[in-house]
Amino acid sequence: MKIAISSSGSTLEDTIDLRFGRAAMFIIYDLDHENFTSVDNEQNLNAAQGAGIQAAQHVVNSGCQALITGHTGPKAFKVLEAAKIPVYLASGGSVREAIAAFRNGSLKAISEADVEGHWV
Amino acid sequence: MRIAVASGKGGTGKTTIAVSLALSAPGNVQLLDCDVEEPNAGIFLAQRDTSESPITVPVPVIDETKCVACGECASFCEFNAIVHIGTTVMVFPELCHSCGGCALVCPSKAIHEEPSAIGMLTTSEVPRYGLPPLDFYQGLLTIGKAMSPPVIRAVKDRAIKDHAVKDSADCFTIIDAPPGTSCPMGTAVTGADYVILVTEPTPFGLHDLDLAVKTVRKMGIPFGVIINRSDSGDDRVVDYCARESIRILMQIPEDRRVARGYSEGKPLVMSAPEYRKKFTALAELLVGEHQ
Repeated sequence: MKIAISSSGSTLEDTIDLRFGRAAMFIIYDLDHENFTSVDNEQNLNAAQGAGIQAAQHVVNSGCQALITGHTGPKAFKVLEAAKIPVYLASGGSVREAIAAFRNGSLKAISEADVEGHWV
Repeated sequence: MRIAVASGKGGTGKTTIAVSLALSAPGNVQLLDCDVEEPNAGIFLAQRDTSESPITVPVPVIDETKCVACGECASFCEFNAIVHIGTTVMVFPELCHSCGGCALVCPSKAIHEEPSAIGMLTTSEVPRYGLPPLDFYQGLLTIGKAMSPPVIRAVKDRAIKDHAVKDSADCFTIIDAPPGTSCPMGTAVTGADYVILVTEPTPFGLHDLDLAVKTVRKMGIPFGVIINRSDSGDDRVVDYCARESIRILMQIPEDRRVARGYSEGKPLVMSAPEYRKKFTALAELLVGEHQ
């Protein structure tokens, strides 16, 4: 099973990026093989609108079955929900810590967006 | 002739100037409140015969019985308004810019457009002492909607249409533009024969005036400046205009009567009647130069 984590950088020691749509990068972590790839999110960082929607689309396309991020707005959540990808919120720390927390079950999946939508 | 009143910085007195000009200009006059996110010219006008009509934009609707979930529409959409996940296509109409491209690229003709209400156009008539009544148009963007340019265009289209019906070649149209220098301001100012930039003699006033000047210069529209509350700051705007060879059309010093009148919803030319002649002269000057 693969999971996506919004990250400020391309390694597991980088802090998670609390933003979802405009996160700097995504770490795609394979829990079974314990390896990962990093995906640049620059295109969405600079999108005029709909960054969360596009980021959600990328997470869906990456084949991940869960997402760990800081906050998720209503539109991104709607896309992830339609794709049946649960969203887990982390409040900070490194990507490695977030993965560990996900593994030991201390991250909770949210049932609705935790922040309001915005335009830019 | 079409005149847009714009500013760059908000709160400099665009509406004060636009309303005063509209109440003082001779002949047939239209006033368009195109600051559709917070229109306020109507507060200063004694309106009658008010009528409202909704403003809509076309947005895509997908017929799921025809959709084969190929994703062509989603990959075409520049605005992330359509998402394609597996066998599902989701539309976010609030992000749609109504280009119609999704319907064109759909190979199974599963997309058609339906009108979606985004605002309200209000028209009314305002009596003017000794002059023909003023035709007033106001656009109002619905709360929660983000795109004001289509609302601004609807207001302008309606005024142009009415103008054509009346066939009054001498009609003087005044557009009260939204602040800033982005799409809403550009949409309001487009097609104007002249722009009046209203500013105040403060660092913010000058900074945003400079942005507005650069914008209207790029648009190739002649313009002049009105300095409102002209004795409240310093000489920086006057110096800037001299340096840039920009004409200062009028300077309006602080006046307690004007401030008091404003708080009571009275236009400048009513609380300080000596300005009426100045605004009439300004209208005549601009029309004279235009012809």
